[in-house]
Amino acid sequence: MTYITKPKFHHPSLPKNALGYTHRDYEGKVSTLCAGCGHDSITASIIEACFELAIEPHRVAKISGIGCSSKTTDYFLNASHGFNSVHGRMPSVLTGANLANRDLIYLGVSGDGDSASIGLGQFAHAMRRGVNMTYIVENNGVYGLTKGQFSATADRGSKSKRGLTNNDNAIDLVAMGLQLGATYVARAFSGDKTQLVPLIKAAIEHEGAALIDVISPCVAFNNHAGSTKSFDYVREHNEAVNRLDFISGRAPIHVSYDPGSTQVVEQHDGSRLVLKKVAADYDAHDRAGAMNFLAHHAAKGQIVTGLIFVDSEPEDLHRHFNTVDKPLNTLSEKELCPGSAALEKINASLR
Amino acid sequence: MPNKTPISSVNDFVVRFANVNGSGSASANELFARSVLRMGVPVSPRNIFPSNIQGLPTWYEVRITEAGHLGARGGVDLMVAMNPQTWDKDIAMIEPGGYLFYDSTKPLPPSKFRSDITVIGVPLTAICNREYSDPRQRQLFKNIMYVGALSALLDMDVTAIEQLISEQFKGKEKLFDANKNALHLGRDWALLNLDFPIGLRLQRSDKVGDRIFVEGNSAAALGAVYGGATVCAWYPITPSSSLADAFTSYSRRLRVDPETKKNNVAIVQGEDELASIGIVVGAAWNGARAFTATSGPGISLMQEFLGLAYFAEIPAVLFDVQRAGPSTGMPTRTQQCDIISCAYASHGDTKHVLLFPEDPAETFDMAAQAFDLADRLQTPIFVMLDLDIGMNHRLCRPLTWDDARKYDRGKVMTAEMLDAGKEFGRYLDVDGDGIPYRTYPGTHPTKGAYFTRGTSRDRYARYTEEGAPYADNMQRLLRKFETAKDLAPRPLMANSDKPTRYGVIYYGSTSPAMDEANLTLKAAGKNLDLLRVRAFPFHHTVEDFIADHDFVFVVEQNRDAQLRSLIVNECGIDPARLVPILHYDGTPITARFIANAIGERLDALKVTPLRKVGA
Ligand SMILES: Cc1ncc(C[n+]2csc(CCOP(=O)(O)OP(=O)(O)O)c2C)c(N)n1
Ligand code: SF4
Ligand SMILES: [Mg+2]
Repeated sequence: MTYITKPKFHHPSLPKNALGYTHRDYEGKVSTLCAGCGHDSITASIIEACFELAIEPHRVAKISGIGCSSKTTDYFLNASHGFNSVHGRMPSVLTGANLANRDLIYLGVSGDGDSASIGLGQFAHAMRRGVNMTYIVENNGVYGLTKGQFSATADRGSKSKRGLTNNDNAIDLVAMGLQLGATYVARAFSGDKTQLVPLIKAAIEHEGAALIDVISPCVAFNNHAGSTKSFDYVREHNEAVNRLDFISGRAPIHVSYDPGSTQVVEQHDGSRLVLKKVAADYDAHDRAGAMNFLAHHAAKGQIVTGLIFVDSEPEDLHRHFNTVDKPLNTLSEKELCPGSAALEKINASLR
Repeated sequence: MPNKTPISSVNDFVVRFANVNGSGSASANELFARSVLRMGVPVSPRNIFPSNIQGLPTWYEVRITEAGHLGARGGVDLMVAMNPQTWDKDIAMIEPGGYLFYDSTKPLPPSKFRSDITVIGVPLTAICNREYSDPRQRQLFKNIMYVGALSALLDMDVTAIEQLISEQFKGKEKLFDANKNALHLGRDWALLNLDFPIGLRLQRSDKVGDRIFVEGNSAAALGAVYGGATVCAWYPITPSSSLADAFTSYSRRLRVDPETKKNNVAIVQGEDELASIGIVVGAAWNGARAFTATSGPGISLMQEFLGLAYFAEIPAVLFDVQRAGPSTGMPTRTQQCDIISCAYASHGDTKHVLLFPEDPAETFDMAAQAFDLADRLQTPIFVMLDLDIGMNHRLCRPLTWDDARKYDRGKVMTAEMLDAGKEFGRYLDVDGDGIPYRTYPGTHPTKGAYFTRGTSRDRYARYTEEGAPYADNMQRLLRKFETAKDLAPRPLMANSDKPTRYGVIYYGSTSPAMDEANLTLKAAGKNLDLLRVRAFPFHHTVEDFIADHDFVFVVEQNRDAQLRSLIVNECGIDPARLVPILHYDGTPITARFIANAIGERLDALKVTPLRKVGA
């Protein structure tokens, strides 16, 4: 495979966001994924979300594991640093990066194999530590890159393209995220941009561990009749709890919704989420309720999408560690080295 | 009366305490060792402990050594036998003419003793039961009490002991009084009932000087504090846990912002070693100085990430406090057995930089230096301690720091440099040293961003699977490794005052035993030139040294002669020229062992050291 660059032509009439960036400024390399791969749609939604949020592209660190999904960090935000690390270990790399510089935005991209199979442990511990990040799982129920083996999110009874049946129980990362203390938990479908873009925007603004499980059909290996992650299957079984609109703390946008059907969620950083309810009495602030709701619908074969849980007062790892406000990677010997006088005292205490 | 003349020695003997793990003996034993130090006499203590919290046998050995030989000596002159479980083995260990100190509360049949040693019984339990009613106190004070009895028998300066107790219990008068009282209970009983001093005696001296008494793990932690580490991620494993613990407690004192009271450090106990090294790699990629502390099993788990860090060129510092492997091996015993697994850690063609400190003071220096080297070379740096250095108090020179010293953050391209039009290629060798520039994430809105990956790429970090750029990159990594040879600490050499055809290469915790063995060998007319390796890759002087000698002994603490293999492999040396001297039973190597092993081989080579031709 060779390296392809996109033509850098900026049309003067391209719309600009609040910082003067165009859509183009949020794009990346040309995708090398299969045509129609759900992951590419997620990439498009990430680009859209970052554009709409008017994030400075270089202030984002994109970190991923290994897989088709993990490759996508190269396909958006060209101006930001990316790190395609090792299979299943994105959470630890992201955690370390986040500790080094609390001022960047951390976007973790992973696959279901990456997060639910080989990396389940790291997934779990990053959630329970409350790392301030947006953690997107591009969930297709298979290992795309290694050609279609079942992953741990494949539903029991689902069939592979080669005709094998999966006998193992499926891991629901959303349920795990809830149980482990993630402070923002959502699910979406890659093909539903109107639902996904606001979810990503809100996750980025959320100052804690934000998980979005995005069902993302693999057209090469998991979009056939026996698959429960195919476009058709998901469309038929989708149970959306809400439709989200996102109002950034920096650039308030006015939206008007039927008061009877919206719920406003104030995020810690001042941004607001407006939930347009579909399910009659869904409360996105109730962790236990969300778990019940999820289990209830799963039993009926329904996939709940939308913002499933949010804690509007999240705590993150830096707060737990009480780290200084300045990024640790900017500290110099002046702040870090106690000097020879202190060492003399230590010597004296060791005699 | 023993049928062998009792050993007579001043300021030069070995005392071994045999205790039960968790019985509170550790602090009493340490008090004993420190008291000797306070008398100006060097000591070298060693913990020999089980992988257990309570109940199994544990030993504490104190080598008292006016001459300053800090390696383990082997043999025991005075056994303080407080553990019935290990009685027979403990008694057997005493040198002929040595001494046995025991709790004589319960009478033991004569068959339990030896006829060639001096037996000293003190009814410790009986005195304790008389004096204390609380079972915990009985146990704890029994320990202090034997220190008191020993102070009488060895003619120790009791004020030095009292002074130490008062420092330990500063502000806690009651505890001080209780401990002092127990000390004197033991001491007075001995003074009243026993012959003192015995043949082993302590005398005030001035051989300690300004040296400090510190564990290697603490020194490493301090080195990390001074070296500017801001992220530490670790997973508990003996014998490295106390390094992370020490870093945590020093950070609490030394790394709190005076104004905001916030921490300028983040310490994560990872869920495993994979996460720990992942956090280190992520933090270092993002421009922080980061490290982990682990032991062999942890290194095994970190392999994949180490390959990534090597190939993607990410600085990382690892402290490997080695213990006896393979597998769980002897988790509380010392070895130098991870040399190869660290030097070539990970799949594919990889090589890593290793540093070998000999004692806590050098550990401090190398720990701080490791962060400079990691940043300069953009690669993982391993500081290779072992249990012997890491978990024992060792007398060493005071730690020093030059306040003018600046951290070397290596080749980091800044926004100013990018704006000034400097060309940036993440894997571009601009000046021949094999080291490219890097940018920290978030540096510049439009320039300097790159994609980090473990897959092959060209000089500008662009993905490629073509052979030529791959090979080009792998060659550059080799050039970088060459550069490392000159940046890492050089070997230290000590030539014999008489010309010799024989040399010795050694490293790390073998150092004090080797120095002492060399004196023994020299006294026997066996002259050797010494070279202490302090880093891998090897500086060219290692090859020169080998070339200058007919045979070189390579002394190490593992079964497979790992450093020797590295030398053979990396320097292309004929293996026949390198004679392995291997000690790997989990105990620290001793001067006696080395002197015997080398002595025998020299004899076998029919050596009365010949003058070197032309020398
Ligand atoms: C340690 C290790 N084991 C196995 C692999 C091979 N491998 C690469 S990607 C992958 C599965 C990826 O699945 P997923 O995360 O679901 O990503 P997808 O390709 O489906 O998007 C595997 C097993 C690897 N790269 N590293
Ligand atoms: S194999 Fe599947 S997951 Fe991978 S790019 Fe193709 S469609 Fe996407
Ligand atoms: Mg997948």
